[in-house]
Amino acid sequence: MNQPLDALLRHGKIWRGKQTTRRGQPTGFADLDAYLPEKGWPLGAVTEILVPQEGIGELRLVLPALAQLSRAGRWLVWIAPPHIPYPPALTTLGVDLSRLLLVRPTRAGDGLWAAEQALRSGVCGAVLSWSPTADLRCLRRLQLAAESGRALGLIFRPQEAARQPSPAALRLQLSATAQGLELQALKCRGGWVCRSLSLALDPPAPPPS
Amino acid sequence: MASPLWLGLCFPHLPLEIHTRGAPAAAALVISDSQAARPRVLACNAAALAQGITPGMPLGAAYALVAALELRPRSPAAEHEALQRLAAWAIQYTPTVSLQPPQGLLLEIGGSLRLYGDLDHILGSIKDGIENMGISPTMAVAPTPLGSWLLARSGQEERITDHAVLEPRLSRLPIAALETAPATLEALQSMGLRRIGECLRLPRSGLARRFGRDFLSYLDRALGRMPDPRRMFVPPPRYLGRLTLPAEVQDHAALLFSAHRLILELGGMLRARDAGVQRMVLGLWHHRHPVTRVALGLARPSRDPQHLLALLRERLAPLALPAPVLEVTLEADDILPLGKANSSIFDNAHEVAEAWPELVEKLRARMGREAVQGLGAIAEHRPERAWCCREPREISAAEPPLAPRPLWLLDPPLPLSQDGQLPCWEDAPLTLQAGPERIETGWWDAAGVTRDYFVAATRQGARLWIFRERQGRLGWFVQGVFA
Repeated sequence: MNQPLDALLRHGKIWRGKQTTRRGQPTGFADLDAYLPEKGWPLGAVTEILVPQEGIGELRLVLPALAQLSRAGRWLVWIAPPHIPYPPALTTLGVDLSRLLLVRPTRAGDGLWAAEQALRSGVCGAVLSWSPTADLRCLRRLQLAAESGRALGLIFRPQEAARQPSPAALRLQLSATAQGLELQALKCRGGWVCRSLSLALDPPAPPPS
Repeated sequence: MASPLWLGLCFPHLPLEIHTRGAPAAAALVISDSQAARPRVLACNAAALAQGITPGMPLGAAYALVAALELRPRSPAAEHEALQRLAAWAIQYTPTVSLQPPQGLLLEIGGSLRLYGDLDHILGSIKDGIENMGISPTMAVAPTPLGSWLLARSGQEERITDHAVLEPRLSRLPIAALETAPATLEALQSMGLRRIGECLRLPRSGLARRFGRDFLSYLDRALGRMPDPRRMFVPPPRYLGRLTLPAEVQDHAALLFSAHRLILELGGMLRARDAGVQRMVLGLWHHRHPVTRVALGLARPSRDPQHLLALLRERLAPLALPAPVLEVTLEADDILPLGKANSSIFDNAHEVAEAWPELVEKLRARMGREAVQGLGAIAEHRPERAWCCREPREISAAEPPLAPRPLWLLDPPLPLSQDGQLPCWEDAPLTLQAGPERIETGWWDAAGVTRDYFVAATRQGARLWIFRERQGRLGWFVQGVFA
């Protein structure tokens, strides 16, 4: 086989049809792993998660992967979350709290700067960012930073942002259903996904009454 | 043992440069000699020279030439302090540094030549370092300290490594280069002597009788015929640098320029002690306004000037100056030995551990310490007290709760409106899914709670953690979101 062509195909930036040689971070849900072309969250890239409103399960979707990263010693950085991440719930779901950093900037613009620094540093496993004002240029910078730092960048945006173009490697739109979540991949690197996925997240067990 | 070789550094423009090195000054600046009966111009900067002012001119004439003239009186105390800081900086090259007040330093570099390779290398490094700090040196090398000092003071940048060449070279210097009493110099000149060489040809006993044994021993020490022990300079344990700015400054870039000079001095001093600084405070002094202090804390001791300057830039960027700055000071108290970084061949967990504190300190430098925190869990039944912010990387040991907890906590809890018996969220009644979980505790401090917790679903499908308060402030509240 042609050597340079082989090397180019192995490089990972070119994909043929639905085959891709990259492997992402396992999500912790077998159905979701099968659904995504890279069999997990894309590493070294930004994933956009678009939700109609908060509280439908968007955090529990990413938490198994985050827990695994924190147990492996990589750091998780949460930037400008809308509420306080509750430590008892995080420990129940397996996140190592000593690898968690909470960043709450007071000035506009500091949040995106902090996300870029954290992604670029190379010490973070995942950087979660809630930033309603991120535009195309900011997302492009975050994508480049994630590539250079080999980190998983997660950005949570409102559903209205689905109409805007985005350089993210994976764009998932979530909606709530009776069983759990319905995901639709608007864009994914490494293939086309036309169908949507219904995912049942474990509901919290009712306490003994 | 290496033969001693002395480097004499003379700073002829020190009275002017301690003022101009704070900023690239554009306005004409003169230093006035306040000792004289009629004030004269002692030194002036390039802008003043261009407008026709010369050293030695009466001040009145200077003002007539340039009306908007910046004037500073000569400050010997500030010069001495700057000289001491330069000496502390120079210790990184050799432990034998001696002050030659008012404007000189003597460094014994014979022992350091092996480390630096050759003479050009060490001289070039010293010259660059001093010029980066805003001072212009005249450098001369000779086998004796006094010999190198005489050469530097006369402006002869010579490099004499061979003892045999020392006497002919020194002989060529004029006798005004000697640091003796004016009466002695006058007497020598009235005898028709112009050069040091002519003095040396005179009979020694005659010289000793007319001008004293001190003069003879001075010449002998310069030529190396007598030993010349010098007191070594001992640097102070802490660093305190001060820079007066030539004009009032409100611009951050200009402040960083002057802070850079001080950071270079600090870096040299730390390198001399093989230490790093963990905390430094930049003081910005205003006219009629309390000083603004900018504190910079580092996660690990560091002495890299670029690193410190980058952190300072991030720290200064959001700062709004209340008034123009006249003087900049830098204090470094926390001087600690620098840990050596060992690189590991096989895994990069060590690199991650090393790079992590730098990320935290970079974020904290810009956003403040409280904006960047870690989280910890506390063993406590009241949900709002079961967590705290703490330093990143601290391990908290607390049992996970038995009942499910939401991932988002709302602090303080939001009150909910009621529709009959059911609580409402955004005008739609909530459906209670799981519960009740009774938490009744906290009677020992004033924040006792008696609450029934439920998991409720909104009409749009979001799940909230709500409670019904049964003591104190009654009603339904939402305290968490199951995201």
